[in-house]
Amino acid sequence: MSGTSGHPVLQARQLCYCRGERLLIHSLSFALSAGHWIHVRGQNGSGKTTLLRLLAGLLPAESGEVVWQGRIIRGQCAAYRQALCYLGHANGLKDELTPVEHLCWTAALRGAPVSTAKARQALNRLGLRQQADLPCQNLSQGQKRRVALASLSNTQATLWLLDEPFNALDRAACQQLQHLLEQHLVQGGLLILSSHQDVTLAGISPQQVTLSTTPDHV
Amino acid sequence: MSDAAWCLIQRDLRIAWRRRGGVLLALCFFVLIALLFPLGIGPEAKTLRLIGPGIIWVSALLASLLALPHLFAADYQDGSLEHLLLAPQPLAWLVLNKIVAHWLITGLPLVLVAPVLGLQYTLSGAGLWTLVAALLLGTPILSLFGAIGAALTLGLRSGGTLLALLVLPLYVPVLIFGAGAVEATASGLGEQAHLSLLGGLLILALLGTPVATAAALRLAAES
Repeated sequence: MSGTSGHPVLQARQLCYCRGERLLIHSLSFALSAGHWIHVRGQNGSGKTTLLRLLAGLLPAESGEVVWQGRIIRGQCAAYRQALCYLGHANGLKDELTPVEHLCWTAALRGAPVSTAKARQALNRLGLRQQADLPCQNLSQGQKRRVALASLSNTQATLWLLDEPFNALDRAACQQLQHLLEQHLVQGGLLILSSHQDVTLAGISPQQVTLSTTPDHV
Repeated sequence: MSDAAWCLIQRDLRIAWRRRGGVLLALCFFVLIALLFPLGIGPEAKTLRLIGPGIIWVSALLASLLALPHLFAADYQDGSLEHLLLAPQPLAWLVLNKIVAHWLITGLPLVLVAPVLGLQYTLSGAGLWTLVAALLLGTPILSLFGAIGAALTLGLRSGGTLLALLVLPLYVPVLIFGAGAVEATASGLGEQAHLSLLGGLLILALLGTPVATAAALRLAAES
């Protein structure tokens, strides 16, 4: 993998993961430095979500290691989790809570509480001014996705792991998200996202990690 | 650290308040079961006084079991469990706070309603106090032990039945000491020993079960 400059902050070394009999991720290595991003590609079922969950520490790797700022991450590492923001397929929204309440509680959980005013600001930025106080069960799929993504603009996490962030978003929301991602990279953040679409972030070309569905058996 | 924990409790209480119909079900179940027995057995005060504590405790056990699947299921389905797993705080601490919230929602109401049911079984004043004290110590143990089962059966197809099979044996000591305390008061032996044992069990559960539940949740997230 080329295209990195500077000291790598996040490294994956020889990551392997098996699902049942199938070797889903085979000896995958990459290095990512501040202000750069990785676009994970692959067909359905090729292990994109698995890779992101591996990097987040939700799944244990069969072999290989994830290195964060020179330290190998194994199991529980509070410092790594502090620096990490993971957004999976599920948005993690509670039907009964309003978007503002959602942003406030996720921020408090991450140890960086935000005021309701700041939460509203983040929602406004993603065009949810009118929905800010509605229970999430009344929102459409795309609006729910926007609420989940709005929490990105309040987080101080340096590493963003986003699983298909553009799913269910309309064109305007896609642009707002792109803007958010560009801002994050300019501020020296790291980003790994999976997406079937082509994603262009101004000025910064991604490293491509392509996962194949070759039937490797163990 | 305590900020996040407090926020979690607040969140769970708020959600419970907004869908209070579902929360009330377990309480109604508890009351109904305890009300049905006298109808089947007959109005003789002596028999009722004898079986009362046991029946109220078994009803509490079943009601607690009924509420258990809700402890983590919603968080698992909507993805907010991942937020908890990836939070910088220790997972066992967060889990403990979730269980506290769960007890406040499903356990505490049982404790508050129990004296009224006790009257129906003609328990004496002292007996009623003991019943409340025993439930106050015992129902948190039910929630704590139950949390392990709820986490282990997360995402399984016939999880509910398996949960009952896993958790009910763990409830046996609580049932014995809890019902025993009320009987001991009635017979004049004094309830101190039973309550002390329940207290000891509660401390043990507080120390051990959050860690075990956290481990089970990590396993559930891997599947």
